Amino acid sequence: MAKGDPGVSTRGRRAVPRSRKGATGDPELVQLLTPEGERIESVTGPDGTEYRVDFTDEEYRGFYRDLVLVRKLDAEATALQRQGELGLWASLLGQEAAQVGSGRALRTQDMAFPTYREHGVLYCRGIDPIMPLGLFRGVDQGGWDPNEFKFNMYTIVIGAQTLHATGYAMGVTMDGKTGTDEGEAVIAYFGDGATSQGDVNEAFVWASVFNAPMVFFCQNNQYAISEPLERQTRIPLYRRAAGFGFPGIRVDGNDVLASYAVTRHALDNARHGQGPSLIEAYTYRMGAHTTSDDPTRYRIASEVEAWQAKDPIARMKAFLVKQKIADDGFFAEVDEQAKRESVHLRERVLEMPNPEPSSMFDHVYPNGSPLVDQQRAQFTQYLESFEGSAH
Amino acid sequence: MSRVKEFNLPDLGEGLTEGEILSWLVKVGDTIELNQPIVEVETAKAAVEIPAKWAGRVQSIFHAEGATVEVGTPIIAIDTDPTAGPLETPEPTGGAAKGSSAAGEVAKGAAESGQNDDAESGKRTPVLVGYGPRTTAAKRRPRKGVAPAAPAQPTAVPTQPAPVPAPPAPAPVASGPSTAGNGHSGPAGGTRALAKPPVRKLAKDLGVDLTALTGSGPLGSISREDVRQAASGAPATAEPLATALVSGPAANVGVHREQRIPVKGVRKLTAENMSRSAFTAPHVTEFLTVDMTRAMKALDRLRQRREWREVRVSPLLLVAKAVLLAVRRHPMVNSTWAGEEIVVKDYVNLGIAAATERGLIVPNVKDAGRLTLRELADSLTDLVQTAKAGKTSPADMSGGTLTITNVGVFGVDTGTPILPPGESAILAFGAVRKMPWVHKGKVRPRQVTTLGLSFDHRIIDGELGSRFLRDIGDFLADPEAALLAWT
Repeated sequence: MAKGDPGVSTRGRRAVPRSRKGATGDPELVQLLTPEGERIESVTGPDGTEYRVDFTDEEYRGFYRDLVLVRKLDAEATALQRQGELGLWASLLGQEAAQVGSGRALRTQDMAFPTYREHGVLYCRGIDPIMPLGLFRGVDQGGWDPNEFKFNMYTIVIGAQTLHATGYAMGVTMDGKTGTDEGEAVIAYFGDGATSQGDVNEAFVWASVFNAPMVFFCQNNQYAISEPLERQTRIPLYRRAAGFGFPGIRVDGNDVLASYAVTRHALDNARHGQGPSLIEAYTYRMGAHTTSDDPTRYRIASEVEAWQAKDPIARMKAFLVKQKIADDGFFAEVDEQAKRESVHLRERVLEMPNPEPSSMFDHVYPNGSPLVDQQRAQFTQYLESFEGSAH
Repeated sequence: MSRVKEFNLPDLGEGLTEGEILSWLVKVGDTIELNQPIVEVETAKAAVEIPAKWAGRVQSIFHAEGATVEVGTPIIAIDTDPTAGPLETPEPTGGAAKGSSAAGEVAKGAAESGQNDDAESGKRTPVLVGYGPRTTAAKRRPRKGVAPAAPAQPTAVPTQPAPVPAPPAPAPVASGPSTAGNGHSGPAGGTRALAKPPVRKLAKDLGVDLTALTGSGPLGSISREDVRQAASGAPATAEPLATALVSGPAANVGVHREQRIPVKGVRKLTAENMSRSAFTAPHVTEFLTVDMTRAMKALDRLRQRREWREVRVSPLLLVAKAVLLAVRRHPMVNSTWAGEEIVVKDYVNLGIAAATERGLIVPNVKDAGRLTLRELADSLTDLVQTAKAGKTSPADMSGGTLTITNVGVFGVDTGTPILPPGESAILAFGAVRKMPWVHKGKVRPRQVTTLGLSFDHRIIDGELGSRFLRDIGDFLADPEAALLAWT
């Protein structure tokens, strides 16, 4: 997909916003592609912003390809965990559209701060999908260069990355890198559960008061492990932003086009110095929280089935078929590519070398430290005290 | 690298040590694809399906459904190249030697499976990323300069670690601590046999002399299986489980005419709750026989109403309503004995004991006292159907305040139910039968039932219990009048 500027027009026209019933109350929800695959021309948000996208056929097909690949690679990682090859895996199943849509909306200069589930955003940033598998296999700490790809390390601590991102965004302002089309914006990903964390609320305060070029992207997948949304909030999450003094909006997180449009608009606002915003991508975690979790213990099958009908990939496929943008040949080719890449991923995971125990000293400081060198020497000596030791 | 690969049970959560085989989704001889679900395993954290690690044909399955398997133990062997003709070598025995097999054999199995070409003593199986038991008996790698316990190994066989020093070890007995201290040798005279306390208990129960056994577990310890085998008279040598599976689930079929069912899951919970309740709360049970003919007719009329046509209406509904109304008149019965104080609740979470395939469970209708009769009917139907489908959530089962057990569905008249822990009253509702009954001075066939109410005598005196039961009976004898009088 071209990284140009597929027009997200933002004319300030007031109209009755489309609304959709959600779990809490009856909030507005930006949607450009219905679960049945019908395109909605444009949607006007509560603040009068008009959201619309206008992609070429090639770009539409590109979105579909991303969604399918991301899901397939994720499924392969889950299987690898079940087969004992990964210690743990946090599946993104069901959240592909929120991640691909927002990930594709980022411009090259924008910086992203993920949780541990943003495999789809990572993919959109051009990072080799093998990278997080090394982390979850326990053979490295993540391994990609956050500065090169403008994608920070996975953060396991819930919500902590929102503060890191806000600090980074404040730095962007201090460097004078906002206010133009080439300005930088920062996006922080987090979940519905994280909104109850102090860190996230502090980040809201700092970002608001310092007018930081921030986009808070909350994937509301309805569960904080086993805790349902009604234990996190009495109001729709996106409305919390109002209390902190910046705009909030809810988007259909299973609609890749709407997720793109809303994120692109929020990022552009940020890069132009218009301050932070909160996006609540309303979605559903179709799988377990992680491979250590059993969702059947806390949610009922009919709820999962209802969300199955809103599947992000199925609606994109229906759209492509109805509009005759893609044919069976294309879908078969994408499936083939997904299968090929997942097999390749598996092969590479199985070949990952086990790290030398002393490698944990390698990246403590950028230029080393005498104290760490001393500890490394002591540790090596200890390892050598064992019989049959090659160290 | 062998073409037959064994798959070891991985750590499916974080730091788990075992899992129970719930069901096999494939059988020996099946052709399977990569990532095809092959087995459902339940751990302490979750029940999950495991996808096949290799495509091929299922060569052997090492553990029956229901077996609890240690992490790191082979559970299935897959022929990864079934089109290449018959197997030349006999199939590997690593898995067939059971979970309690000599540790060295498991390591051998892992080595043969081709994932660990440099398998050597002291390494964890590579399928377990960061977790799981070690594959060999050695707990720690020996330090340099420390005298080895066993004579030095010839270096020619590095991939085949000696599992456990053989009993007639060449080490002289006079070498002191090396035999008595580490206890490696099983049957050595005067040495206490190595076995975990539950295994000792099992041996005692089965009348097996532990010192006469050769252990097959780590460090030569005696496993549960060794004891069972000794008790069944079978030779103590390791018999491939794969063949045992063909002949039957247990190795001692035909020897014992008793079945040993592990106490777990719902059965275990039920047993704990019942014992706890029966031996802490002093139970009293009272009975009342009621003519329900009028109530049954009222139910029929209810069923005929248009808005009730779709609703499942049963006598249990009336009993539930009776209990809820009676509780309102006697709130004290809806309480908990909390040691220093009595907690009286102004809400009723009405438990309904249900027999399911998994055993007895008692889901409850939350705040049932606030429901209309129609809502109550819908809730009861929901609750029973969810329970029968085995989908009752833990939340539905906790927080009950008062329970009805509908033993009538089994065709019996009444019972003396045991209180669920934390509750003070439970009502047994027996079968409604046509019986000769004195009605308006004449013996008539009437629809009669017997109620049995158990209550916690610490909280509820005979008078209160009797009034409560009497009220329930009054309602069931004439629901319309009771409704008019009480509400």
